[in-house]
Amino acid sequence: MIQQIMEPWRWQMLFAEWPKFLKAFGITLEISVLALALALVLGVIFGLMSTSHNPLLRIIARVYVEFFQNTPLAIQVFFVFYALPYASIVLSQVTIGILCVGIYTGAYMSEAVRAGIGSIPKGQFEAAASQGFTYIQTMMLIVLPQTIKIILPPMVNQMVNLIKNTSIVTMIAGGDLMYRANAYATNDVMSYGPSYLLCGALYFVLCFPLTTWARRYEARLKNRDVITNTKKDKVEEVAA
Amino acid sequence: METFEAVFTPDNVRYILLGYGTTIKYAAISIILSIIIGTVMGLIRNYDKFILKRLTGLYIEVFRNTPNLLWVFVCFIAAPFDTIFARCCCAYVLFTSAMMAEIVRGGLNSIPKGQFEAAASQGFNFIGTLWYIIIPQCFRRIIPTMMSQVITVIKDTSFLAQVAVGELLYNTKDLMSKMYVYTGHATTFTEMCLLFGFAMLLYFVTCFTLSCIMRYYQRRLNRGQGVSQ
Repeated sequence: MIQQIMEPWRWQMLFAEWPKFLKAFGITLEISVLALALALVLGVIFGLMSTSHNPLLRIIARVYVEFFQNTPLAIQVFFVFYALPYASIVLSQVTIGILCVGIYTGAYMSEAVRAGIGSIPKGQFEAAASQGFTYIQTMMLIVLPQTIKIILPPMVNQMVNLIKNTSIVTMIAGGDLMYRANAYATNDVMSYGPSYLLCGALYFVLCFPLTTWARRYEARLKNRDVITNTKKDKVEEVAA
Repeated sequence: METFEAVFTPDNVRYILLGYGTTIKYAAISIILSIIIGTVMGLIRNYDKFILKRLTGLYIEVFRNTPNLLWVFVCFIAAPFDTIFARCCCAYVLFTSAMMAEIVRGGLNSIPKGQFEAAASQGFNFIGTLWYIIIPQCFRRIIPTMMSQVITVIKDTSFLAQVAVGELLYNTKDLMSKMYVYTGHATTFTEMCLLFGFAMLLYFVTCFTLSCIMRYYQRRLNRGQGVSQ
């Protein structure tokens, strides 16, 4: 592998294919962004459901989270790709990627949201109720804005996981970055060294700023105040 | 019921369970090795002052920010081992040990400095302090987080299907493509659901059991802390 990386002609060949890689990178980005939007929406909805007073809603949220956290994303993707066509539901690979990765990460996001809401003191809810806020208003205007600060770091970490997980689309030939790199790596001259290195570098460029930001933010939070800190500890324990 | 019997012939069930065994084998070896390596790296990252700290930091950043699937591909082709088993485990050990190192570092950071000073006052040397005082406390705190990483590893072994290792997902997919031979007619949606459902159930039972243990442990941990405070 190292020997391959040292050979300039392999790199020249690789960069002749650069437009294809760029397109594949675009597909990875597209899946990531849309899946993230889906995951955030699902995360907030199911996070709220799991803190509601209605036991039925709580059970639904619980089942959703446990199912998606305890089965591999790959098998979910395979099921949608191979089995659903027999029920005459045919989706494109990119759509499958967005839906599966989004729903899968949604389960993790909802756990973070649940933990965040759990860390808000009960008095806040009571105070809001005494001022005539409805449930939705309490959540949207009072509780969720307070939780954002605490749940942001775990959420950004989940975002990084989401980006990394989009590589699973490779398993159903989705044309994403990993797929392109792997296809190039196993071509006639077997230039796997440069190909995998480029692929890794591109994923790194996407994820590194996010993880670094999350770590710095967390460190800043730790120095700032004690109250947020005790809340954060609680969230970390639950969101782990 | 007929469909059920057609799909789950003794041979098929044995084949899937064989895949399940392979999954567990890969996961177990990878987890054990990566916990050991991760702990060592976490300690180096936190307590070394110089070049080793930088190196482990770099290692952790590289592996945390690239997909596990990439390392499965890379190690499958390029890892310097003879057997496929060793090469694939190598991928998971490389990736997961970086995650474990981060988790261990988080645990070490939460241990008060006073512990070190107290140990020094009792005549413990540095290694002794780590081994008898710091690591036990650190592990007690990070076991829940570690367990969730363990669950992730078990789930991620399904990537091995992509490099044709006969683990649970690969065997399931393999059966799926040969199903019409067993049943004698074109595959139906119900059969697909049964087959995938069985594989999902196996994964679910394994991971859910672990996460229940994790939660039980976490509750006990929280209770313990409550008393000591």
